[in-house]
Amino acid sequence: MFLITKVDENNPLRFMSINKWTTALSIILIVASLATVAINKLNWGLDFTGGTLVEVGFSQPADLAELRDVLEANDYGDAVVQNYGTQRDVLVRVPPRGEANAESIGDSLLRILQTNVDEDLQIRRVEFVGPQVGEELAEAGGLALIVAVICILIYVSFRFEWRLALSAVAGLVQDVILILGIFALFQMQVDLTILAALLATIGYSLNDSIVVADRIRENFRIMRKETPVSVIDISLSQTLSRTLVTSLTTLMVLVVLMLFGGQMIFGFAVAMSIGVIVGTYSSIFTRSTIVLALGISREDLMPPEVEKEGEDQDPVL
Amino acid sequence: MLNKFPLWKNLLVLFIVLFGALYALPNLYGEDHAVQISGTRGGEVTMDTLSQVERTLQQAGIPTRGMSYEGGQVLVRLESDDDQLAARELLVSELGNQYVVALNLAPATPSWLAGIGGEPLKLGLDLRGGVHFLMEVDMEEALNKMRESMLDTVRDRLRDARVRYTGVRAEGNDVVVTLRSAEDYQGALSELRNQFEGYETRTDSGANTITLVMTDQFLQETRANAIDQNITILRNRVDELGVAEPLIQRQGQDRIVVELPGIQDTARAKEILGATATLEFRFVDTDNDLQDAIAGRVPFGSRLFNVRGGGQQLLENRVILTGDHIVNANVGYDESNRPQVNITLDSAGGRLMTQATRGNVGRPMATVFIEFLATGETTDEGRIAFERVEEVVSVATIQAVLGSNFRITGVGSIQDAQNLALLLRAGALIAPIQIVEERTVGPSLGAENVRAGMTAIMAGFILVLFFMGIYYRKFGLVANLALLTNLVLIVGVMSMIPGATLTMPGMAGILLTVGMAVDANVIIFERIREELLAGRSPQQAISRGYENAFSTIADANITTLITALILFAVGTGSIKGFAVTLAIGIVTSMFTAIVGTRAIVNLAWGRQKRLTKLSI
Repeated sequence: MFLITKVDENNPLRFMSINKWTTALSIILIVASLATVAINKLNWGLDFTGGTLVEVGFSQPADLAELRDVLEANDYGDAVVQNYGTQRDVLVRVPPRGEANAESIGDSLLRILQTNVDEDLQIRRVEFVGPQVGEELAEAGGLALIVAVICILIYVSFRFEWRLALSAVAGLVQDVILILGIFALFQMQVDLTILAALLATIGYSLNDSIVVADRIRENFRIMRKETPVSVIDISLSQTLSRTLVTSLTTLMVLVVLMLFGGQMIFGFAVAMSIGVIVGTYSSIFTRSTIVLALGISREDLMPPEVEKEGEDQDPVL
Repeated sequence: MLNKFPLWKNLLVLFIVLFGALYALPNLYGEDHAVQISGTRGGEVTMDTLSQVERTLQQAGIPTRGMSYEGGQVLVRLESDDDQLAARELLVSELGNQYVVALNLAPATPSWLAGIGGEPLKLGLDLRGGVHFLMEVDMEEALNKMRESMLDTVRDRLRDARVRYTGVRAEGNDVVVTLRSAEDYQGALSELRNQFEGYETRTDSGANTITLVMTDQFLQETRANAIDQNITILRNRVDELGVAEPLIQRQGQDRIVVELPGIQDTARAKEILGATATLEFRFVDTDNDLQDAIAGRVPFGSRLFNVRGGGQQLLENRVILTGDHIVNANVGYDESNRPQVNITLDSAGGRLMTQATRGNVGRPMATVFIEFLATGETTDEGRIAFERVEEVVSVATIQAVLGSNFRITGVGSIQDAQNLALLLRAGALIAPIQIVEERTVGPSLGAENVRAGMTAIMAGFILVLFFMGIYYRKFGLVANLALLTNLVLIVGVMSMIPGATLTMPGMAGILLTVGMAVDANVIIFERIREELLAGRSPQQAISRGYENAFSTIADANITTLITALILFAVGTGSIKGFAVTLAIGIVTSMFTAIVGTRAIVNLAWGRQKRLTKLSI
């Protein structure tokens, strides 16, 4: 049998012995992330700010400085011009303007580029989002995150116990904050696909914590003599191999997406990859630390009805 | 102990897998290039049309792969995209403008498969290329129009009954009539009380006022009508564009989604869809001097209008006819070969026109084109403000008493004539609309997205298969089999559900479910390993591994399902596609990873009494 790690139940890894350090690390990371978001601000994508975006493919590698000059000369000095994927693909983004016929800005940009730069350019993508719609999308997105967290809180409290639910959700909040922090640090664009990635991360990270919580509950019921700390250590050790294998396969897939999935999916894959790494960390350390701090005990996790005798023993063959 | 599924369970697994595979099958056949012919503006597609199309293509020597007539449409399958374009050109000129000839891709699903409802996956706009518009209807303008016409009606009514009033004015959506005396008040009351559908009468005899209050129900109806009319008009306009499978539907209170797959010329599409225009015919005021009016002495009963291209015209306030009576309009040529617009009116419109022109032959009549253009400002409620722009686009002398059919000459260039005819045809809009969101994906980017997505899915898949095979050995192979089945099931289910479309994020969703579907098997296999380490026999380890893992897997997947549902509820377009694939993937992966692998494991190892080792 070849194993990434298989830990002997009688000699588990003492995860909780370093929980002072991991708590400090979490606090530092969260504060740093929040500070980065506050200082650098998130680079909101078109979906949320509104505006116009045009992606074109030129027949020659594009000279961005020249493009900027052309656009500036045509009253689009506020346009952001950048390469997108290859040298020949260019993305032009114009912030929302309070002027008539905002929806025709895309066409006018294309016309300018066609007449002044390259007649054979290929229109790859045009997006226009009105300011009203952008606001609504941002609102709906924020609402979705909050509703998701609340629904999960309710479901997990119902299936497990409020301490486990609260720690699971605290882990989610940490995941989201750290992802946003990294996005703010590198000024990566936050658009609707990133929102999808955040929600998928929530789902994924929760997967992890539920598997762990399930084992914690099970172990509390059968290990009557162990302290809560060691029950958690044992549970984490038992599930460690699964946690790592799943993270690994998911990461493999995400890296493939980053490499082959094209530009539109790149941000999504990056956000989710960060989410998987952070999520793994928080389901091993953050959540367990919080569960302990909330003072979980064996009694909290006993099933409400009286256990049937012999339930924990093997069925007689 | 032995691990065995009862026969029915094995058969059920087999049945579900085969069923999914059957509906995934159409995706292997690909698509044919096709042209689709449907009727518009009274044109009807019949079996005769089919034979006409057949003849035409045969004469031109364009080979076809088949032709069918179904649901009032003719579908012609062609060998290549070159043939497709040639066939379309040919058919457009042959059939004339009563037919829409659109380029399309028709699934090449064999008929037995199509007969049981099998169709390939529907691709979203980001994979297929096309335009997505979100349009907002200006309700304020619709209500405004309603108000104006109500005021006119009330005034006419009172005038006809010879009741003198001091004022008829609008207050919100209500109409307030003030009268001079108690006698007039009584007269007005008998004329107005409960005479108008959708309005309640409120009276104040002390102040001699009568208020007609619009009912809430009527207000709702008006709103719904404004949306419906816009949708109808948009349908007509989309027909002008010749799009194969357009989607036009209401979204929320006052918005309309328009999706046009495969369209290339987005600027034109927008011009035609977005231009909101109405039309009015008015007499030119020939009794008064234009120069006087321009100097500021505008005579009572007339008004100055700007003329497109410069200048002004003095037109009577009375509107002969509005655009809603127009049934058809197209471009033709007059005797001296200049472009003209031929117009057909409905019968009411024809009567109005006859009445108006009877004593007025020889007088000039102006066509006023009214557009609502966004000013770029927003109103207090945060909505986009529209500006009403009126322009005289043509002045023509009435040559005879006009009826339901007449023509406007002197409309400018052929391009102008075509534009005018197009907008006339599309009819008048009650309420203007404005594009508030647009997402266009060019066909090349769409194709590239499909390629990128497929590559990523294949590569990710192979990597995971390898890993599982090495890490869990024979059990890994079982998981791999489940993974492959899962992919087939996702494709099958998505092909089966009418509303499900595959989008780029959806492809990411498929890949992600591949990554996460193995999770269920990882949980089970790890559990089996643990049970083995704890000294249980292989058969027992299998049984306990599956049993203990089940609730964990279910809990974990239900929470992911919750997030997928929320994503579906708030997401738009492609994000919805992600949510759909994720949700479907969760359900199918639970089935394949738990029930599917168990069936195989049972068949492979479950019957061996002396099993001492597991390849896990």
